[in-house]
Amino acid sequence: MGTDDVGTGPAGPGAAGVPSAAGREPRWTWTFGLFRSELVMTFRRWRTVALLGVLAAVPLLVGIAVRIETGGGPGGAGAGPAFIAQVTNNGLFLVFTGLAATLPFFLPMAVGVVAGDAVAGESGAGTLRYLLVAPAGRTRLLLVKYAAVLTFCLVATLVVAVSALTVGALLFPLGDLTTISGTRISFGEGLVRTALIAVAVALSLVGIAALGLFVSTLTHSGIAAMATTVGLLITVQILDQIPQLHAIQPYLFSHHWLSFADLMREPVYWDDLVRNAGVQAVYAAVFGSAAWARFTAKDVTA
Amino acid sequence: MAPYESEKTPVEGAAGSARAARPRAGRRRAARYAVPVTVVGVAVATIGLVPALADSGDPDLPEISAQQLIEKIAASETEQLSGTVKISTDLGLPSIASGALGSFAPEGEGSSTADPQAKLLELAQGTHTLRVAADGAERAKLSVLGEASEYSLIRNGGDVWAYDSGSNEVFHAKGGAHESAGKDRAQKDKRQSKADDLPATPKAFADEVLKAAGDTTSVTVDGSTRVAGRDAYKLVVKPKASGSTVGSIQLAVDAKNGTPLKFTLVPAAGGSAIVDVTFTKVDFAKPAASTFDFTPPKGAEVTEADGLADAKDAPKDRPKGGDAPKFDGLPLPGIGDAATADGARTKVIGSGWNAIAEISTPGGAALPSGGEDVPGAAGQFLDSLGDKVSGKFGSGTVYSTRLVNALVTDDGKVYVGAVTKDTLLKAAEGAR
Repeated sequence: MGTDDVGTGPAGPGAAGVPSAAGREPRWTWTFGLFRSELVMTFRRWRTVALLGVLAAVPLLVGIAVRIETGGGPGGAGAGPAFIAQVTNNGLFLVFTGLAATLPFFLPMAVGVVAGDAVAGESGAGTLRYLLVAPAGRTRLLLVKYAAVLTFCLVATLVVAVSALTVGALLFPLGDLTTISGTRISFGEGLVRTALIAVAVALSLVGIAALGLFVSTLTHSGIAAMATTVGLLITVQILDQIPQLHAIQPYLFSHHWLSFADLMREPVYWDDLVRNAGVQAVYAAVFGSAAWARFTAKDVTA
Repeated sequence: MAPYESEKTPVEGAAGSARAARPRAGRRRAARYAVPVTVVGVAVATIGLVPALADSGDPDLPEISAQQLIEKIAASETEQLSGTVKISTDLGLPSIASGALGSFAPEGEGSSTADPQAKLLELAQGTHTLRVAADGAERAKLSVLGEASEYSLIRNGGDVWAYDSGSNEVFHAKGGAHESAGKDRAQKDKRQSKADDLPATPKAFADEVLKAAGDTTSVTVDGSTRVAGRDAYKLVVKPKASGSTVGSIQLAVDAKNGTPLKFTLVPAAGGSAIVDVTFTKVDFAKPAASTFDFTPPKGAEVTEADGLADAKDAPKDRPKGGDAPKFDGLPLPGIGDAATADGARTKVIGSGWNAIAEISTPGGAALPSGGEDVPGAAGQFLDSLGDKVSGKFGSGTVYSTRLVNALVTDDGKVYVGAVTKDTLLKAAEGAR
């Protein structure tokens, strides 16, 4: 892996910058450099590229399947991801279908892989101590790691959305669209709502990103952290399906994920969207601070 | 010896300081873990306290008598409103039966998922979020919010549209069928239809209650409350005699304009409310005109009502008392007689809250709701849900829900009412 040389990257500018600044104010440009190198490291990995490729392929597959199934005619009713019945009439709906299809599993799994690897991967590869040699401080390093994972959440969502929009535009007609409340909105407003939906979906992943980062601080094995995070994701998804557990379900991080569809109502129904944002914020605060407590107190031996 | 001793001292010293450092590091570690624990605590406290704080402090409203309050409701001319309604229904049906309930919906020729009758039966069980909007008698909209889908019922002038976004199906009916009957009549008709289209508003429920109130009923004002951020009076309607399954009906009425904002039906046996309809958000401003505009989306499957004229017109032709189509087959107190008025041989035993409808059918295959024939399999299924009883009326089966009890005798008579099982059996014996 090319991790070793890239991982020590931030230490370079840091080591050069610190003595001259004599350790006074926090150097924001320095933090930015650390963040940038973290981003480059994350997105240069083959693993990340492959994950994004799979995510981009999902709307393509759905689009082709719908196109073949209906032959361009009116779509039939039936089971399937949300909005799939409307895709044939307006390609923009493929964005919503694509997000609804990837949000339960593919997207959070990709986030789980990246978040789980964030600290444990460095630890396992032996590069973590080099990062800590630089006077970045563990707190700042953790924040940078989390920021990089959150960036990945947004990028992954946008990859699905842009891929779906492209496929939708190629295979199906575009134009004014009917909201799920039955009112009509212009294509321009539809695009604005699509952007909002992408943001809402990316926000939905904030919780599992924090969870993955916390798990990542617990172990020295990147694989173990990824597996644990994805395992937790599956467990929570199963718990969310059991009717007898309805009392705890509103507090599961995946419970309000589909609330992004409420942005397609007219007027927008904000209650669940706000609830989702609240749940994600609580998960981010709880597991973010737990990751901080663990990471700043743990012995880094590798 | 000396070298050993001199070596020993630093080792001991190091060990000692390590021992001293460990608890300190441990304490520091514990202090760090206190942060996430505190965050959890704050989150839990917020989740627990915020609703409690929001609920506290009933508004200080001037005293009002029950009579004045009912007049206020009757005088209420709220024509324009929009809001969100939460409706929870717990009739105590086994969950399996509520699934079967949906299959009792008249499907027939055009089993479009957008058909209002099929859809509205779903509301009879569970919790649903609805959106309502009304602008005068001409335009109204009711939407049932589903997971990533929505079912909308829109009346705009002479058109009634139903749109199911989940399956992208549309149901369309022309509402202006009675135009010949003169403008006033047409106006009244439309009002009537509006009530038909929006049975889920607390207003519709309030009308039912006021109709049922008589000397058998105590109506009192029980302080004030806040519903959807508005000050409201609480009206409590209670049956005076025992024997009814209805414990009380509670209404919250807007203190300013008299619009009912909350309807709760509490069973006599205690426990959670049987029916709870509440505005969670309400706005008495004029809704945007675009709310009521509907053009079927391209490619949507449109079912015209003409082909289904019988099915659609049936509820409208019913007597006025039965204008709660949502609860077709689930008679509310006081309208139990009206809801089964299709049957020619219906007799009402008793009066007020303890009224029991006696329905005579030749085949013995009558449903509590009357009217519809039960498919054979469903009949067997119903049998398995009931209790076998016998008495002066012969033998029969009692079906119990939290609100309605029904006795189906083996010779084909049906007794049904919102009364307890004992009261029902006594009435059935007395009827012979």
